[in-house]
Amino acid sequence: MFRNTRTLVWFVVGALGSPLTTAAAELRVWAASSLTESLQEIAATYEGSGGEHILFNFGASSLLARQIQEGAPADLFFSADEAKMNSLDAQGLLAEGTRRDRLSNSLVIVVPTDSHLRISSPEDLTTSAVKRLALADPEAVPAGIYSRTFLEKKGLWAVLAPKVVPAASVRAAMAVVESGDVDAAMVYKTDATVSRKVKIACEIPGGTEPPIRYPMAVLKRARDPGAATRLLNYLDSAEAGRVFQRHGFIVLAHSNPTK
Amino acid sequence: MAAGDWQIVGFTAWVSALATVLILPFGLGVAWILARRQWPGKSLVETLVALPLVMPPVATGLLLLRLLGQRGVLGSVLHRRFDLDIVFTWRAVLLASAVMSFPLLVRSARVAFEGVNPRLEQIARTLGAGDLRVFFTITFPLASRGIVAGTLLAFARALGEFGATVMVAGNIRGQTTTISLAIFHAVEVGQDGLAYRFLGISVALAFLAVWTSEYLNSRNRAH
Repeated sequence: MFRNTRTLVWFVVGALGSPLTTAAAELRVWAASSLTESLQEIAATYEGSGGEHILFNFGASSLLARQIQEGAPADLFFSADEAKMNSLDAQGLLAEGTRRDRLSNSLVIVVPTDSHLRISSPEDLTTSAVKRLALADPEAVPAGIYSRTFLEKKGLWAVLAPKVVPAASVRAAMAVVESGDVDAAMVYKTDATVSRKVKIACEIPGGTEPPIRYPMAVLKRARDPGAATRLLNYLDSAEAGRVFQRHGFIVLAHSNPTK
Repeated sequence: MAAGDWQIVGFTAWVSALATVLILPFGLGVAWILARRQWPGKSLVETLVALPLVMPPVATGLLLLRLLGQRGVLGSVLHRRFDLDIVFTWRAVLLASAVMSFPLLVRSARVAFEGVNPRLEQIARTLGAGDLRVFFTITFPLASRGIVAGTLLAFARALGEFGATVMVAGNIRGQTTTISLAIFHAVEVGQDGLAYRFLGISVALAFLAVWTSEYLNSRNRAH
């Protein structure tokens, strides 16, 4: 196929190099998995009105933060808790003045739609009828950490810990409870409304410790900080806020950015 | 390394060994049939056996999950009739390791059986030995080094199994955590030191198993 080594080398270089030329007009957003539907909707509107093409990487904020730490080419980070954003901040990876606390959320206990279990309060999880409880990894993923700290505050964690099936992200926890392989899961209210295969058994009133906060920021290594900041400002706009609210998020009011 | 960490090493070694032992009879049987018999559709069996080796492990894990989950074809029967749950228990780790190691055992054992001169088996038959006796006194001893090498390879594969295990067993501390899952999780929570310690043990175990396997294979070829 290749007449000599030279053509082969040029072919390989060309094949490897071509993605670089198209990447310039794209924005890369690393975002918590619970934001999947709302951000995709907002991105469609943004791109439709002439904005850059947005590439998403949705996942557990802990994993995303780790990837960014190791040099992942993200332009914007939208985390499900402050701790992950703080750790990037401490390493000087955030662009000055771009960090905003944007959203809040609440936790719910969900069960499969055809479940006969009666769970009207978190204490009901301790009964023997609930054999397994899915949580996003309670050691690392924000949703799991919020759930664990809430259960610890209620004095229920010691009893529930052996029943916990840790999942890679809050959406993975959802998938597990949808499949019926666990009896219940603790996820965000916004996740519960996305799925038809689960029903909300009980809502956890606000007042988790720490309170649920979704901060967003532009990353210092963003290829086009101007474009990234424009997207951030759009995410901060009232128009985007309405989309978030429609998906069940609590939009935080702020007159000034937090940093 | 804390006591809990050594439990993970012990659990991984134990469940891998058990998985290897479980697939031995069935694996050797399939390998012998593939080596010694012909039939229409044989290539279909060969392909099915080789699938877990070639498919992405997470895909195999997903299939197992759908099959063995509480609402799965097999899983629902086990759950209702025998109150037996496989998914998210140590049994799922066992099963995932067994399924992923099976093709490796069959491959190595088949080659070992094919290396046994069939004339020796025929001579034994002319002297009056039945099929089973021929197998245990002629075929198996002559193929033993290759079989042991294949068994060790299967064991090493089971030790390192991740993709299917994470799908079907999850990472439940003290119940389903294997060395591979522990490494992945340690990296996720930023405990790099722990991850490297597990990595070291994992490399040592795999090295030992594969080196022995290769050594036995080379001695097999020599004679």
